[in-house]
Amino acid sequence: MKLGPAVAFIGVVAVALLTAAMLLTAGWSRPPVHAAQLGYRGVAIGQISNPRAEELVKFANSLPEPLDPAPATGKKASAEYKNVKVLGDLSVDQFNRVMLAITAWVSPDQGCGYCHNTENLADDGLYAKIVARRMLQMTRHVNADWKAHVADTGVTCYTCHRGAPVPSQVWFDDPTGRHAGGFAADTYGMGHPTRVNGSTSLPADPFKPYMENKEPIRVSAKAALPQEGLGASIQTTEQTFSLMIHLSESLGVNCTYCHNTRAFQDWTQSSPARVTAWHGLQMVRELNEDYLDPLKATYPASRLGPHGDAPKANCATCHQGAAKPLLGASMAKDYPELGGAHAAR
Amino acid sequence: MAYYQNIFTQVQIQSAEPLESVPVPGLERTGKGTFVHLLGRIGNAQVGPIYLGYYGVAALLFGFIAFEIIGLNMWASVNWDPVQFVRQLFWLSLEPPKPQYGVQIFPPLKEGGWWLIAGFFLTASLLLWWVRMYRRATDLGLGTHVAWAFLSAIWLYLVLGFIRPLLMGHWSEAVPFGIFPHLDWTAAFSIRYGNLFYCPFHMLSITFLYGSTLLFAMHAATILAVSRFGGEREIEQSLDRGTAAERAALFWRWTMGFNATMESIHRWAWWFAVLTPLTGGIGILLTGTVVDNWYLWGVQHGIAPGYPPVHPLVIDPVAATGVTP
Repeated sequence: MKLGPAVAFIGVVAVALLTAAMLLTAGWSRPPVHAAQLGYRGVAIGQISNPRAEELVKFANSLPEPLDPAPATGKKASAEYKNVKVLGDLSVDQFNRVMLAITAWVSPDQGCGYCHNTENLADDGLYAKIVARRMLQMTRHVNADWKAHVADTGVTCYTCHRGAPVPSQVWFDDPTGRHAGGFAADTYGMGHPTRVNGSTSLPADPFKPYMENKEPIRVSAKAALPQEGLGASIQTTEQTFSLMIHLSESLGVNCTYCHNTRAFQDWTQSSPARVTAWHGLQMVRELNEDYLDPLKATYPASRLGPHGDAPKANCATCHQGAAKPLLGASMAKDYPELGGAHAAR
Repeated sequence: MAYYQNIFTQVQIQSAEPLESVPVPGLERTGKGTFVHLLGRIGNAQVGPIYLGYYGVAALLFGFIAFEIIGLNMWASVNWDPVQFVRQLFWLSLEPPKPQYGVQIFPPLKEGGWWLIAGFFLTASLLLWWVRMYRRATDLGLGTHVAWAFLSAIWLYLVLGFIRPLLMGHWSEAVPFGIFPHLDWTAAFSIRYGNLFYCPFHMLSITFLYGSTLLFAMHAATILAVSRFGGEREIEQSLDRGTAAERAALFWRWTMGFNATMESIHRWAWWFAVLTPLTGGIGILLTGTVVDNWYLWGVQHGIAPGYPPVHPLVIDPVAATGVTP
């Protein structure tokens, strides 16, 4: 039997095809691949990880050193400085500590002058100062009112900004390329692979419908037998699917981190993480509506998206590839100045 | 004889002149035929003469129209950019109408109209090709087994794109055109209707599908293995068993206690292949029309076991907070 050359031939072909696939398509990782069991034994509910990728996530989430704490006692910032609208309840020391921290977190290269007129710090002339003021309100609101999502870990400016004036993960309306228009078929934003939809044909923009327009996310049938009406369409289901891919990619987790995938819709078979994620979706909707969208008029044109909309938040804005932002480290506990104040609308 | 000891085709089937083959009264074939060595490595080296006929020409024409409508709409979706058309080709899509158009025959072109027109031409093309296939078989005096097997595939196609959407009252339930779009549609379809793995007809279809590949491999390997004894003359050996048939039968009886025969193995293969789309089509037809959530249906009928919880009981936060989901 001349099987040797044939087997060698098949082997070479297989290796060539696999190599080409690895080089030309996304989403491959070479071993080792670890699987941690998350569900009942034998039902394949696990979290897949790769130590090399985890190393990268760990590096990307290394923390800046916290500044020395400041006493809450002494003269209030509102009494010392003019035009303090958000942080007036802090002591002067605390106030200055927060200002230093923000500079390091948001504009380390540009310095104080990124937001402030350095001739007159109380001046509101720069747009960045107006935005920063609103972002401080948002941060305090999240830490005080969204404990269902951020728990006691909380958030700081650094959770999203990571040393950049604009967080690296924001979204704008309609990111897909241009359609010829006319009477050619509309694809409803489907059929274009992006990072958001995980290189699938699913809708490339799950953000507008769910994180701004608050369309219903749930699509699976609720009863065994058909009920009145059509229920969710397949195209709507694909939109939800795209949103779920965004969650999975933003958090660096599998579907099974939250769901028992044999019955996605069933809460009783889901992990508690799904409840946290649900509150997160409610939170991001509210933050976009109340804090981020309205800043559109404040930004210069260069900060707006191709359709003139403000940069908005999604799961990746804070999570950036980690199931818990900054791998669960609580910077907020080092900065009590940023917590404890309820929504100021 | 050593020819057959390789797992690749070793014999070039080439004659001195292209064969005219059997004469069929009243039918003229186009061209004389020619030889292609590379095709001879995987099959018969002779190409043509070919017979298209009215049905074949009509099928190709209709298929071409569908192909053009789909392709041009895909190209328009990247604003006629040739580079993006090639880059995103496998992802590009031609989507069916939105739910608000129900089963209207003429929704706006850009909102599903093109999808319906493309679907009409593609369906017509497939049915015409089926007629041609049936007539080629009867004209050559063959049975019509191939045509009926093809019809099984057409059944699944029609259920997915025509019969089920009609029953549901919405073209939006149908499959988009596109390589990845139709696969993503399949995944979304299963999620919407509560996991097709719990649909018994899906189970049957998968069984016949995997069974087909297994039977194909077993049969092909068996015949190649006994070809040194003349086993490739399968039809003769089904009536007049020679040593090839005896040895093949003995091999399987020793291996698993039972064997098919030279005739029955082909009936096994035909039925497995035909039943794959036939049962699959039934499963699709029942989805959304008769059963809305296959997992919950499976729970009711005792085919979806529960297992012990590993988390504290999780409660739907909508029930807990009263917010819209």
